[in-house]
Amino acid sequence: MLTATGLSCVRGERRLFAGLDLAVGPGEWLHVQGENGAGKTSLLRILATLSPPAEGEVRWQGEPVTVLAEDYRRAMLFLGHHGAVKEELTPLENLTLAAQLDGTTLDEANALSALMRFGLRGREDLAVRFLSAGQKRRVLLARLAVRKATLWILDEPFTALDVKAVDMLSGLIESHLAAGGMAILTSHQSMPLPNGRILSL
Amino acid sequence: MNAVLAIIRRDLLLAMRRKSEVLTALFFFIIVASLFPLGIGPESALLRTIAPGVIWVSALLATMLGLARLFAPDHADGTLEQMVLSPTPLGLLVTGKIAAHWITTGLPLVLLAPVLGIQFDLDVGALGVLVVALLLGTPLLSLIGAIGAALTLGVRGGGVLVSLLVLPLYVPALIFGAGAVESHISGLGAGGHLSLLAALLALAVFFAPWATTAALRISLE
Amino acid sequence: MSNRLISWFKYASPQSFYPLAGRMIPWFWALTAVFGVIGLWVSFFVAPTDFQQGEGYRIIFIHVPAAWMSMFLYVVMATWAGLGLALNTRLSGMMAQAIAPTGALMAFLSLWTGALWGKPMWGAWWVWDARLTSALILFFLYIGFIALQAAIDDARRADKAGAILALVGVVNVPIIYFSVKWWNTLHQGSTINLAKAPSMATTMLWGMLLMALAFWMYSIAVALTRVRAIILEREAHTEWVKDLNEVKA
Repeated sequence: MLTATGLSCVRGERRLFAGLDLAVGPGEWLHVQGENGAGKTSLLRILATLSPPAEGEVRWQGEPVTVLAEDYRRAMLFLGHHGAVKEELTPLENLTLAAQLDGTTLDEANALSALMRFGLRGREDLAVRFLSAGQKRRVLLARLAVRKATLWILDEPFTALDVKAVDMLSGLIESHLAAGGMAILTSHQSMPLPNGRILSL
Repeated sequence: MNAVLAIIRRDLLLAMRRKSEVLTALFFFIIVASLFPLGIGPESALLRTIAPGVIWVSALLATMLGLARLFAPDHADGTLEQMVLSPTPLGLLVTGKIAAHWITTGLPLVLLAPVLGIQFDLDVGALGVLVVALLLGTPLLSLIGAIGAALTLGVRGGGVLVSLLVLPLYVPALIFGAGAVESHISGLGAGGHLSLLAALLALAVFFAPWATTAALRISLE
Repeated sequence: MSNRLISWFKYASPQSFYPLAGRMIPWFWALTAVFGVIGLWVSFFVAPTDFQQGEGYRIIFIHVPAAWMSMFLYVVMATWAGLGLALNTRLSGMMAQAIAPTGALMAFLSLWTGALWGKPMWGAWWVWDARLTSALILFFLYIGFIALQAAIDDARRADKAGAILALVGVVNVPIIYFSVKWWNTLHQGSTINLAKAPSMATTMLWGMLLMALAFWMYSIAVALTRVRAIILEREAHTEWVKDLNEVKA
């Protein structure tokens, strides 16, 4: 369970939000909405411990995330605006290296099957540079499928995806929630998923 | 530890796919060092005197070239965020990246230096001291340089700024590195210089990754 | 004890420090004038003419205090910067930022006066003397700090990045100083030393100390003035700044 109390965020001289409380339990997801510049990404980065809040605290299973540190980071997966996909490497290399960075190992068979599931069959040995924007995002989604994390924090995961990929991602999130996972995401689209709550900034 | 090896392997793989960058720094090193005799004249006694300094300054400049690309690509494509969020401590991953930087920019300089030394008419003993000094000194350059690269990450005019920050800090490495070869040539023995260089390296291995990590976290906030 | 702690933190906030600094500045200017006048009188009229170097040596009354200050100020700046990183106080970063230009000025002054002194003594404007070379590198370190802070738009980030650079610099300053000295002895540098003028008279020492005090007071006065300007600039959006008389006017 992720809880946050009294969060506030200051960017430059502007206060983006203050006194923000939120809680996400197993099987639940939170849809963060707001206009451009309302602080959606800033909130997600605070929840992911990438930047410290100006005030307030984030707790995971009752413990402050600053105390848990790597235990929290192991349980959490963050996908930001930038995909953390290396243009010069192939989808397969990207996937296995990301897994090693996460402190786990991923054998080639599992990585390949995840890539196939996201429609990247035959592209696994091509440098990501040669893929389209949508295909690049699909490489990222494959990472969601192979990484075992309880909490997903996704910033605009539907950007640059075609209808088919949007469905695939929705399905992925749905099964993640059904298995007791949690998700926090920003998106301009409305999402037909159960157990969702909306947080407007 | 696995993640550290993975990041070294990844950076080496990336360097292999972008060979031109590694080779550019190398040729820069060779060209800069080769310009000095053209500017000064071919008299071999004079060249022998300036050789250690010229080769070391060229090595400093060649290392500087690669610094801007040490963290910038990872910063631009979000990999740096994932490194911060990795369960492996960021300091270890940063050490891995610095090691990979040294293997791709520092080590080739060490291997090429004897060729340049021959151009400057150094004898075999001096060449040996030059290689050992560079072997101790170039990791030091990568370690100190990483701090500058992390501080200027995503900053306006970062590429030029990094040289302003890092070059003054390179002074001790230059003095002891070039000094080792000089004192060997003048018959005083290079031992003192080399042990000081090694001491500096030991100090930097402890402190530089820590400072680099702190700087990286600040640049991501 | 707890009372004292609270008042310390009270003055660590820019809002309380701003008027306090305003009250302190005139005093430091007055002390600068007092020490400066006495120091200059001692160094020009009381200190004897050096039998070896004539009247030209009198530039050390500016040169040596400037060189001392350039080193002290770097340590002071790094201390503020380190405090800012450790305690996350806003004022510390502003103090470090306010001290840097004065430190750079002192380093430059010590280089310039060193050159003026070197011409009659060594017959050259610049000699690769260990002290001069270290001062030059210290000047570069100041310039790097100022350039880094200027290049980062977000003031808090600029403070933190500058703090790390200042701390790295402060670890390196002794190493650089030692390495330059080592380099100098290896290359048989000049044996005449600025600060160790042969048989320095007591009055000369007094002159230098008084001038050093004047430089101290000047640096504090200027740094406080500058930190007031930085506070106004960074807190321009807050109510208390808008309520200030000098801002309303």
